[in-house]
Amino acid sequence: MARDRLNNEVNAGSMADIAFLLLIFFLVTTTIASDKGITVKLPPWSNEEVDAAKLKTRNVFSVLVNADNQLLVRGEPARIEDLRERAKEFILNPQKREDLSEKPTKAIISLKNDRGTKYETYLSVYNELKAAYRELWDDEARKTLGKPYSDNLPLEARKKIRNKIPFVLSEAEPTAFGEEK
Amino acid sequence: MKFAKKRGKTSPAISTASLPDIIFMLLFFFMVTTVMRSAEDKVSVSIPQATELTKLEKKSLVNTIMIGKPLKKYQSLYGTAPRLQLNDKISTVDDIPLFLEKHRVKVPENQRKKIKTSLKVDKDVTMGIIQDVKTQLRKSGQLAINYSARQKN
Repeated sequence: MARDRLNNEVNAGSMADIAFLLLIFFLVTTTIASDKGITVKLPPWSNEEVDAAKLKTRNVFSVLVNADNQLLVRGEPARIEDLRERAKEFILNPQKREDLSEKPTKAIISLKNDRGTKYETYLSVYNELKAAYRELWDDEARKTLGKPYSDNLPLEARKKIRNKIPFVLSEAEPTAFGEEK
Repeated sequence: MKFAKKRGKTSPAISTASLPDIIFMLLFFFMVTTVMRSAEDKVSVSIPQATELTKLEKKSLVNTIMIGKPLKKYQSLYGTAPRLQLNDKISTVDDIPLFLEKHRVKVPENQRKKIKTSLKVDKDVTMGIIQDVKTQLRKSGQLAINYSARQKN
């Protein structure tokens, strides 16, 4: 009786060890879910190809990527590094040049690749084009709202900006010249 | 000075009673955030880098298609050409509609429009197979896709 009354406390010292063990188990098995990527909306399926001939050539920013991962932008070889700046200039056309888009709402980016194009190249081209638009939206948001474009802006404001400079990217059926690996 | 001497003599033991609580808190955090790997990888995928990333929000609304070369131990069975993996099976493009439908029925009806397909594609794969997958996705009406990529510094 006397002994019982003296130490009637459960020894919690080993609790930490048990918890540590479990913790280490979960630390090892866990893979922090970091699913990020470039979100793309595909056009609905239809058998008819969009006729690009109907569009004025000045409004189309064509980007071709061949099987050797080389770029052809509006008929001239180009580098991926320059793509963003060129796309931005094309969309806004600040100098009102004859050969660039009439206005941002009419600008269309046409992307065409080969079946032998490397995925990495394709994605970096897509990334650059998307980045060009994001930067333009950013500038627009700073001008009109005084803050950068982000998902924290109200939907209304974001829509307004995106309607002003709509992201139109049409992907043509790829060519099949290159070798697939 | 008297004051300082007095303090130096006492040896305060740090109470470790709250240590289990702290550890348990960490434990719960990891238990909640952890996602057990449901399927074993059969194709090797090293995703490319990009800057314009968006996060995939709800895991239950995402189905994943992996494309890449089969791993070494499966190469005798499937060859070395890039293949796609749906769930835990190496499949062909024709299996995609069934795969999407199987995932679709698990999602509550009012959220089915928000289903996204995450494409985890190896960076060295050529566009041919990806194009076939894209065409099949369009035919199946699954238009929201996400090219998985890592943040570029």
